[in-house]
Amino acid sequence: MKLIKQIGLIVFLIGLLAFTSLIFIGKFNVTSEIFNSTIKNKGIKSEWFINSLKTKIVDKEFTGTFKLSSEITTSVETANKIHRKNKEWDKVIWDKPHSLSYQFIKAAGIGSIPENKGLYWFLTFGLGVIGALMFIVPNVIILGPPGIKNDGIFLEAATNRGWIGWFAFIFLVGFYILLYFYPDLIVNWVYLVDPISESLSGNSASQWFLYGFLYCTVMTVMAIRMYIKYRHNKYQILRTTSVLFFQIVFAFLIPEILVRFEKPWYDFKNAFPLDYDFFFKWNLEELLSSGTFGLFILVWGIVLTIVVVPVMVYFFGKRWYCSWVCGCGGLAETLGDPYRQLSSKTLLSWRVERIVIHSVLIFALVMTGFALYTFFSGASEVLGIKTQTIQDIYGFLIGSIFAGVIGTGFYPIFGNRVWCRFGCPLAAYLGFVQRFKSRFRITTNGGQCISCGNCSTYCEMGIDVRAYAQKGENIIRSSCVGCGVCSAVCPRGVLKLENGPEEGRINPTDILLGNDVDLMELVNKK
Amino acid sequence: MEQIVIIGNGISGVTAARHIRKNSNKKITLVSAETKYFFSRTALMYVYMGHMKFEHTQPYENWFWKKNNIELKQGYVGKINTDDKILELTNGTSITYNKLIIATGSKPNKFGWPGQDLDGVMGMYHKQDLEKLEKYAPNNKACNRAVIVGGGLIGIELAEMLRSRDIPVTFLVREDSFWNGVLPAQESEMINKHIKEHHIDLRLSTNLKEIKSDENGRVRSVIIEETGEEIFCNLVGLTAGVTPNIDFLKDSKIDIKRGVLVNRFLETNVEGIYAIGDCAEQHEAIGQRRNIEAVWYTGRMMGEALAQTICNKKTEYNPGHWFNSAKFLDIEYQTYGWVFSERNKKENEAYFQWQHPTENKCITISFDKNTNQFLGINTFGIRMRHEIFDSWLTQEKSIEHVLEYLADANFDPEFYKLHEAEIVAKFNLENNANIQLKKKSWTRIFTKA
Repeated sequence: MKLIKQIGLIVFLIGLLAFTSLIFIGKFNVTSEIFNSTIKNKGIKSEWFINSLKTKIVDKEFTGTFKLSSEITTSVETANKIHRKNKEWDKVIWDKPHSLSYQFIKAAGIGSIPENKGLYWFLTFGLGVIGALMFIVPNVIILGPPGIKNDGIFLEAATNRGWIGWFAFIFLVGFYILLYFYPDLIVNWVYLVDPISESLSGNSASQWFLYGFLYCTVMTVMAIRMYIKYRHNKYQILRTTSVLFFQIVFAFLIPEILVRFEKPWYDFKNAFPLDYDFFFKWNLEELLSSGTFGLFILVWGIVLTIVVVPVMVYFFGKRWYCSWVCGCGGLAETLGDPYRQLSSKTLLSWRVERIVIHSVLIFALVMTGFALYTFFSGASEVLGIKTQTIQDIYGFLIGSIFAGVIGTGFYPIFGNRVWCRFGCPLAAYLGFVQRFKSRFRITTNGGQCISCGNCSTYCEMGIDVRAYAQKGENIIRSSCVGCGVCSAVCPRGVLKLENGPEEGRINPTDILLGNDVDLMELVNKK
Repeated sequence: MEQIVIIGNGISGVTAARHIRKNSNKKITLVSAETKYFFSRTALMYVYMGHMKFEHTQPYENWFWKKNNIELKQGYVGKINTDDKILELTNGTSITYNKLIIATGSKPNKFGWPGQDLDGVMGMYHKQDLEKLEKYAPNNKACNRAVIVGGGLIGIELAEMLRSRDIPVTFLVREDSFWNGVLPAQESEMINKHIKEHHIDLRLSTNLKEIKSDENGRVRSVIIEETGEEIFCNLVGLTAGVTPNIDFLKDSKIDIKRGVLVNRFLETNVEGIYAIGDCAEQHEAIGQRRNIEAVWYTGRMMGEALAQTICNKKTEYNPGHWFNSAKFLDIEYQTYGWVFSERNKKENEAYFQWQHPTENKCITISFDKNTNQFLGINTFGIRMRHEIFDSWLTQEKSIEHVLEYLADANFDPEFYKLHEAEIVAKFNLENNANIQLKKKSWTRIFTKA
């Protein structure tokens, strides 16, 4: 069994190495045909750009994307500099340089990789998945009888901020930076999933399709790990199945199939304000121009946010969303599970958390207000601030850096819910409802608590669960996503997630169960 | 200002300190030789197993003590001068007090086995024991085998710890079944089986004769009394219970027996000196409890009660219904009320038992065979709601009532398989009864009795 694991690890690393090395290889040739059609598609009017770039790249063979990318992006920048100086605004290229570069390069791949997508898919995704499963599945036997098995988590470099953790951190952060800001450097990855994308939506893949596919693959493999680790715990198994289902069907398949039927790409479970661009002008216009179906999406999106979310939180706590439905939560619960113990539980981080997450919520609401104002009024500014500027700042800071680079990249160092804890505006909104008007709580068998700290250690949201459990107090916290792991790891059966009557769910305790105090005296004292 | 000195920063001492601070602004000093900051002793095992780091076992962040104005002193108390109210530490310094709380806890039992003080022989109680364990048994190369002597809760925890690092373990248990002085046979047998499933070499009805040393004074092997067999090992864990840690009081004026003798107000014979926790011994047992109870929560409760007394609200230590819990490898155990093992069963006590056909789940409900009054329940692999059983015990409900409303008491995580129907069916069959299981009701669960 251990041998299978070791071979699996090697196979996985080969797959990972193959995947990574794709960034550096491949041949590209921007033919004049590709060049002209891209220029035309993008409506580029800058002669300077067209002429200078033509001599540099057209009909030349490049190895790897770096040189080609830098030729294109420097040409964009130089051209723009000239046009801005000459105030030739119609000639300025407004596309982001690396997005434009992506358009050229994606079409220009030649040679082995674009011709053998299946083979390269197998060498990267295939080996990765096979290796990971060989590494994970033997745990059924190695872990012994079902039960909580966290042996060695704090002794291993991967799960205790050791060198493997730091390596994973750098790799993930690097991946997100490439994905969000340098898509033109990862076109070889995108080629791998072209056939899948074509079979789903009829279009060739974008970097976002790649990300969606990778997301689902990683979640599926790591969900299998969850199933094995928590196989004694039905709550964990159902929850994992649920997030996996919503990710694959709602976030991945349905939107792609909608595109096939020429409907707008839409993820029906993604509620505003997590779906922060829902009220942006371009989205509203797209929905309004897509007939009845677009209107349906528009109405659903609003109903989801203002009716479904609070009603569901009232009955089930925010867990119905955060750990049963949400894609970000889904990744955190599967890929992130090995890192959950790394989230900080200090009072300081709790303070920071409350300030930051509520600021993001306010930022999102203000931005949406701006967006709606400009949509209805037709003006592009509110109080002298450009709506577009606000949207760009939010998209960059929150949508890309926080949700992506930090949110997932930081898993191996800061725990798996960095984004959900500190950044997610929807989590803040759900949290308000959960804190003030919900039937959800974690009930505690306080007398039985031995203050061991397993619950707090394994709380991914950084809640000091023990502080409540050892007082016998129900846990009503806005940040709790109801993952149920505190209850699972408790060696004394102290904690239970419950949707009970709302009345009495907050129960400050004076004296813990077991000490038989004189009740009359206690009553008279109050 | 009144100076309160507490010897020992375990759960009892710390709880006392916290509650005194809640109710007063007296000067509080906590003295400990073991660690600077309070930690959960019961969680030490998880540090070795790599589930947690030591700092995770500390319920309060390090700034907590200064913020709450509780002074921490590291040192070992050598002598107490009760006449002048002075504590003398072994490092030569001394502390004066107005009121003194002795909360020094326990130390592992040693029964005079030859070789019991060799290098590599240890208990599993103090933080220092954990450090020793890392020294003598960091992995299965440095420690080819460990032998554990004593079949109680600490013994099985130590076995689990060592197994988490793949160290072969031989577990010597004096009784003919694990912990059967406490557990009914059904439960005890289930645990025996579970221990073996975890590849622990469980030897029942086996006593230790002696521990042999190598030329460096380190453990080499143990000899078994019954068979004379020699088991080679690098570590011996002595886990045959604990005794109060009160040697330093032997020459003082404080009355001691096995522990520090206290009354129901936790006062010793010397005015202004109190004892709480594992080291306190009641003159007379409270209910069916033992005079000395080395349990986490009783330490906490004594701390709470004494803090009231010290803050001028004289409060008796009055533990409620007995309860406890433990975890045997993967099997959780909870108990409410009294279930005595066959060996110690009272004359009026009868069992109703249920066991899952395949999984490690079972319950024993003990009841009075004359009145059918519910006396207590042991559950294995099923969690129960403490408050419900506490109120049923107070109201002296019948076993029929308990079974009828058993669904209210279930505390397992959501979606877990429920077994109440099977349990009630078995009772009906055995007793020719016709109990109908009531559906779980939130109103009943949350209405305080």
